[in-house]
Amino acid sequence: MNGETPISIRNLSVYYGDLQVLRDVNLDIPARKITVIIGPSGCGKTTLLKSLNRLLDNAEGVRVRGQVVLDGENIYAPRTEVTRIRKKMGLLSQKPQVLPMSIYGNVAYGPSIHGLRSKKDLDQRVEHYLRVAGLWDEVKDRLREPASLLSVGQQQRLCLARGLAVEPEIILGDEPTSALDPQSSQNVERRLLELKQDYTVVVVTHILRQARRIADYLAFLYLGELVEHGPAADLFANPKDPRTRAYLTGEIS
Amino acid sequence: MRLLKDAFGRRVMGFVTLIPGLLVLLIVIGLFLKSKTILGVEPLSRLLFSSAWHPIKGQFGLLPFITGTVWVTVTALVLAVPVSILAAIYLSEYAPRWVREAAKPMVDLLAGLPSVVYGVWGVILVVPFVGNVLAPFAGVYSSGYSILAGGIVLAIMTFPTIIHVTLEVFSTVPQALRDASLSLGATKWETTRHVVLRKGAPGILAASVLGFSRAFGETMAVLMVVGNVPIVPRSLFDPGYPLPALIANNYGEMMSIPRYDAALMMAALVLMVIVLFFNVLARQILVRVERGVR
Amino acid sequence: MNAAAIERIGQRKRTDLFFRVLATGSAAIVFVSLLLILGTILWKSVPALSLSMLTQTPKGGFYLGKEGGILNAIVGSLELAFGATVLALFLSLPLVLYLNNYKGPRSKTAVWTRFFLDVLWGVPSIVYGAFGFVVMLALGLRASLLAGMLTVALLEFPIMCRAIDEVMRLVPLELKEASASLGATRFETALKVMVRQSAPGILTGILLAFGRGIGDAASVLFTAGFTDRIPTSLADPAATLPLAIFFQLGTPFPEVQQRAYASAAVLTLIILIISLAGRAMSRKATRHVIK
Repeated sequence: MNGETPISIRNLSVYYGDLQVLRDVNLDIPARKITVIIGPSGCGKTTLLKSLNRLLDNAEGVRVRGQVVLDGENIYAPRTEVTRIRKKMGLLSQKPQVLPMSIYGNVAYGPSIHGLRSKKDLDQRVEHYLRVAGLWDEVKDRLREPASLLSVGQQQRLCLARGLAVEPEIILGDEPTSALDPQSSQNVERRLLELKQDYTVVVVTHILRQARRIADYLAFLYLGELVEHGPAADLFANPKDPRTRAYLTGEIS
Repeated sequence: MRLLKDAFGRRVMGFVTLIPGLLVLLIVIGLFLKSKTILGVEPLSRLLFSSAWHPIKGQFGLLPFITGTVWVTVTALVLAVPVSILAAIYLSEYAPRWVREAAKPMVDLLAGLPSVVYGVWGVILVVPFVGNVLAPFAGVYSSGYSILAGGIVLAIMTFPTIIHVTLEVFSTVPQALRDASLSLGATKWETTRHVVLRKGAPGILAASVLGFSRAFGETMAVLMVVGNVPIVPRSLFDPGYPLPALIANNYGEMMSIPRYDAALMMAALVLMVIVLFFNVLARQILVRVERGVR
Repeated sequence: MNAAAIERIGQRKRTDLFFRVLATGSAAIVFVSLLLILGTILWKSVPALSLSMLTQTPKGGFYLGKEGGILNAIVGSLELAFGATVLALFLSLPLVLYLNNYKGPRSKTAVWTRFFLDVLWGVPSIVYGAFGFVVMLALGLRASLLAGMLTVALLEFPIMCRAIDEVMRLVPLELKEASASLGATRFETALKVMVRQSAPGILTGILLAFGRGIGDAASVLFTAGFTDRIPTSLADPAATLPLAIFFQLGTPFPEVQQRAYASAAVLTLIILIISLAGRAMSRKATRHVIK
């Protein structure tokens, strides 16, 4: 590790009304590695992920305490420009969410709202990131078709290309393979492993085997509490907390 | 005994289910039979496209009334559609939850107010406003009883219909889809415009068509503010005379003039046919929407 | 970040703000209109509103500004709307029960019936009025309370059906199966389970239809007639509030026009009460609903 931490989470607590969903979480996310957050469902994994690009702002009755420091800047500081923060991170959701436009339009949407106007630049950008997402060859002849006609696996890779096209530094994945068949899942996992050369990747999952396959750094979240975190190999080999041990052996799930 | 009751109940209910279809048919047939006496004498084209309305001379050109209806309805929609959709956007995308919850009963109340109440309000407030403020501002004279006054009153009456349906359409757009757009760094408006509005476009169209058919047949409120002069209007500040107002105003005297009643039934039939047409249209759109969602 | 990019963000934020303000403004227009309507009607009615207005029938010369009240119209409207609502309920309930208990939601009968109900929902009340008049003549009836009731019942019928149908569609299949597995016939299931489960929706539908019925003028204009007396039988003509408002406003006397405002306020209050009662009652009726 070169010691770079693009995201530092400091004393983060999140409440839904009176319910505390995250309890005082502290975590440094290493650069250009895949950080996997594991834990049973309902433990606050998705909330933690969404707190990183302030998507929680839209939910009713949510309060956030603490800091998320991105490139040396607290994103929860009052004057922060949210759209700029979000542009730095691409999000892959549980079910692929294609926008109601063409395949081309989905990828071009981000760059064009951020001011990329020239047709040539857009074409280049779209092709480049469709290639990175491993989708170009499948769709190059049907770019103008509605994106909803793609298979679910293709849709998820389209969402990946769309997220990358705004040239973020970080990729967030919220159980990105949970709606996909095994083959498409494998395809997406392979993309993520390639992408960690250039991007910092944070993935939430409840599939332990997936965590074993892709994680460089592992964090275990249980009932809103960050129980343990460390390099993936260490944590899998000898977990220190009994709860982590119980989860990894399948006693709690 | 219980089984007998079951069988009997089934018959009765089955019969009642036929009523809506029969009723639509009966209305069309009933109105057609009554307007036949005039359809036999005058060609349909002259009835629909002549502007000569002189019942005593036996001239029954419905053109002034048809244009009056179109003018008032179009004015109302031009005012109501953008305002309603923007208001629905505010309620669904920007407003905090308590505002949204408080707004719903108010929209329902607006929908439930009787049309005479709208009419009275129009006479008290809208007619003087058009006559004393808007018309001088536009540099024309108007008594206030005008197409514009009718359009304004009608627009407010159409708000709840369009807002209600549009809100329902917006609520079918998944939050995750909005998040997908926001996470690319889009602003709220960009997300609304490119995702929510685009996804909801057919539904909004259907809402507008529904609003149109509602506005189209509205009688009393418009009748009270629109002036009721049987001419083809030339500007928004001119008085007009929509079809429903024609029917409502002349029932009392129609029996004394030959074929007058048939002409009025004919007017009702025209309304009925147009309503049928727009219902079929709205339905087609909604069916497409449902298919698109699946 | 370079200057162009900063400018771009600034511009996007301005657009966002612009539309936010526009949307908020539009919502404000809608709600200010509502308040303006209620406010104007109530404020204008104050000078003419009095107890005698509510408790007396029109005396001689009432429409010239002399003594009397609108009791005839209040009673007439309430009777007429009540009768029409009962009639409409007797048609709507079996229909909706049949659609939801005997026919699948995608069956031809259900699809077509709902289509025709939609058409009827959109038919202007003046067309109902004209149709009611045609039928009245064909049957040899005179303008009367009964003819008005029948016409308004037709108007209320689709409104009520739609409101009840919306809730009955939501009755879970498991609940119907549970009832059937206890040996209940479909008819018994319909009456005992479906009706109870959708009681709040039925109530809402009834009040909605009642409100529409009591406020509608165009449909009763030719069918219910108008009179200064309180009707004593179904064959008597009956005065209605909306028409009382309309006729009073049409006179050239300011005193009578003032009374039109007051009558409009009375009608508005009745509608307000119905709408509030609907809310309260449907909340109460949800007690027996299985979620």
